[in-house]
Amino acid sequence: MDLLEFAKGPALQVAAYILVAGSIWRIVGILLLKEKPDYSEPRQSGGLLAALKVIYTRSFTASPFKAATMYPKMLAYVMHLGLFAVVLLFVPHIMFFEGFLGFEWPGLPNSVIFFLGVAAVVAGIALLVRRLTNPVLRLISNFDDYFSWFATLFPLVTGLLIPVRIGFHYETLLAIHILSVALLMIWLPFGKLGHTFLVFITRGTTGMVFERRGAKT
Amino acid sequence: MTTVDGRHEIDREAERLAYKPPEIRHDKQGDMPDEERINQAMHHFVKNFNTQTASYLDGCLHCGMCADACHFHVRTDDPRYTPIWKIELFKRTYKRQVGPFAFFYRLFGLKRHVTIKDLEEWQHLLYDSCTVCGRCSLVCPMGIDIAGLVSMARHGMFKAGLIPHELHEVAKTSAETGSPLGISPDKFEERVEWMADEHDVEIPMDVEKADVLAVMSSIEINKYPQSIAATAKILNASGETWTFRKDGFEATNFGMLSGNPDWQKAASMQLINAAIKIGAKTLVLPECGHAYMALRWMGANMYGKPLPFKVMHISEYMADALNTGKIKVKKLNKSVTYHDPCQVSRRGGATQAARDVIKHLGVDFREMEYGGDYNWCCGGGGGVVTIKRADPLRHRVFKLKMDQVEKTEADEVLSSCANCRQSFDDSQAHFNWDYTMGSLMETVAENLEERTS
Ligand code: SF4
Ligand code: SF4
Repeated sequence: MDLLEFAKGPALQVAAYILVAGSIWRIVGILLLKEKPDYSEPRQSGGLLAALKVIYTRSFTASPFKAATMYPKMLAYVMHLGLFAVVLLFVPHIMFFEGFLGFEWPGLPNSVIFFLGVAAVVAGIALLVRRLTNPVLRLISNFDDYFSWFATLFPLVTGLLIPVRIGFHYETLLAIHILSVALLMIWLPFGKLGHTFLVFITRGTTGMVFERRGAKT
Repeated sequence: MTTVDGRHEIDREAERLAYKPPEIRHDKQGDMPDEERINQAMHHFVKNFNTQTASYLDGCLHCGMCADACHFHVRTDDPRYTPIWKIELFKRTYKRQVGPFAFFYRLFGLKRHVTIKDLEEWQHLLYDSCTVCGRCSLVCPMGIDIAGLVSMARHGMFKAGLIPHELHEVAKTSAETGSPLGISPDKFEERVEWMADEHDVEIPMDVEKADVLAVMSSIEINKYPQSIAATAKILNASGETWTFRKDGFEATNFGMLSGNPDWQKAASMQLINAAIKIGAKTLVLPECGHAYMALRWMGANMYGKPLPFKVMHISEYMADALNTGKIKVKKLNKSVTYHDPCQVSRRGGATQAARDVIKHLGVDFREMEYGGDYNWCCGGGGGVVTIKRADPLRHRVFKLKMDQVEKTEADEVLSSCANCRQSFDDSQAHFNWDYTMGSLMETVAENLEERTS
């Protein structure tokens, strides 16, 4: 078995198992905690709609905080949108997903994907610089923050390098890219990258508690 | 030769000749061994964990944006005042001991064990520099309610005997006597009688059956007793059968502020039982922010089932009475701005009520920039105003409030919380400031139209 076969086969498979099992373990671990009923008389209805509302509204910044958080927010938007586009709208990725999902969807032209990928990497680097220089971030950051950064940027960079080659064989680069994706998949459920799914729980529960009070969410 | 007292040591290492800053005070209650304190702190923090709080600790992105929303950080630029950092120790312990990957963290030694020194340092972060105002909770992109976590961390700190002495003292007095300032039922009655005389108003006391139970906060009884008369005038004018009760008059809840759920419950139950005894349909809370949080949103949960009566903040009661025409007020010819008590507005959801009342007063209302739900806290909430050593920091933070008020150029600033009022008064004296905070309730009471029917 050569490196590419290993990457495409067992590596990706094991990574997928860990991704799914780890995520379920983490979500279930949180959801199983005992819930106490709230007996206070609600001011307005809460429930699932309130959860959905806040899941949506917290994607945007409230005006009093706009000026102070503009810079990191913009970088974060670029990085997230870039990642989404690269992962889900790059034609070879779509073909890969079609392989086991059985259906496909329209992608974006390669040049657009390349541009978005580069933008995401640049934003990622700017975010790291910020983390290393801003006094608040320097204080609160830990291993998880830096490793998660690495695990996210690594596959992006290796993917972007495939067309550039830089002296490597295509197969070798592709194998490294797939292995870096496997690393991301393995790490995702454990560290702060878990916000991929946790965001629905944190925003949702906040929505449920505070909306029924009619308080600001 | 003159001598200098030895209390303040000269710091000869400093760039400029200076006195060494005094040692920071770390308060400890009881004589538990340190290891036990750590265990107690952590155990009582995680004790009431649910899906919401657990996901909060797991979900933080370390993006640091909450720092930009907290007045303590904004005014000092000290990164330790970053809201989420205030619960760092607890976050760490959670991940090490309880979280879904606890074994993993322990196995690789990824999270350092918390020490007593850490906890002592965090006393300053969890009490002196957090008013539990919840402004940070609104900026967090994950929607984490950081203020709620601070309250939970306080539960741990209380059990560990690691809270500021002042707060412990008032909370203890409150648990022992029913009032944080030790106001006995008889003293309360005395004050009520005095106010009835002074303001020539009828004030019912210990009526056996009434539709409304009114309660007061100690700060009002002690410092702003005219509030008692104002409450009576408004309730009388609305034609309600109502009463004060000696067996349930204290609205403040220092059990909640200090972090002792047992004392919190005892204080709430006192009011709940009194209201049930007289068959009240409504319990009207005074101008006090945390009293609203304690009873309106947490009271039923202390009781263990829905309350058989409605709980209203006095601003909500007034808005309702004015909107339905039960009471009427004269129009005032001045400009007014309003300071929102965090626990009533941002966290309590009653933001609109005060605005309705102000509308009836017909004043030129000048909303502060980002007033209402995004209002800057007065800096004294969450028990901070009781902590003496926190004064310099609190004054520093109050500057934000001063700027916010001054920008409106209003003639007067009103609010609906005696705790905010106390903190305003103190900072006003400190800065020799022009503005005196007025009470929304007293303004209404002074301008009631005589009932014609
Ligand atoms: S609750 Fe208020 S005082 Fe406490 S950390 Fe948040 S913004 Fe700061
Ligand atoms: S804003 Fe929210 S996610 Fe960001 S550091 Fe603060 S608590 Fe964590």
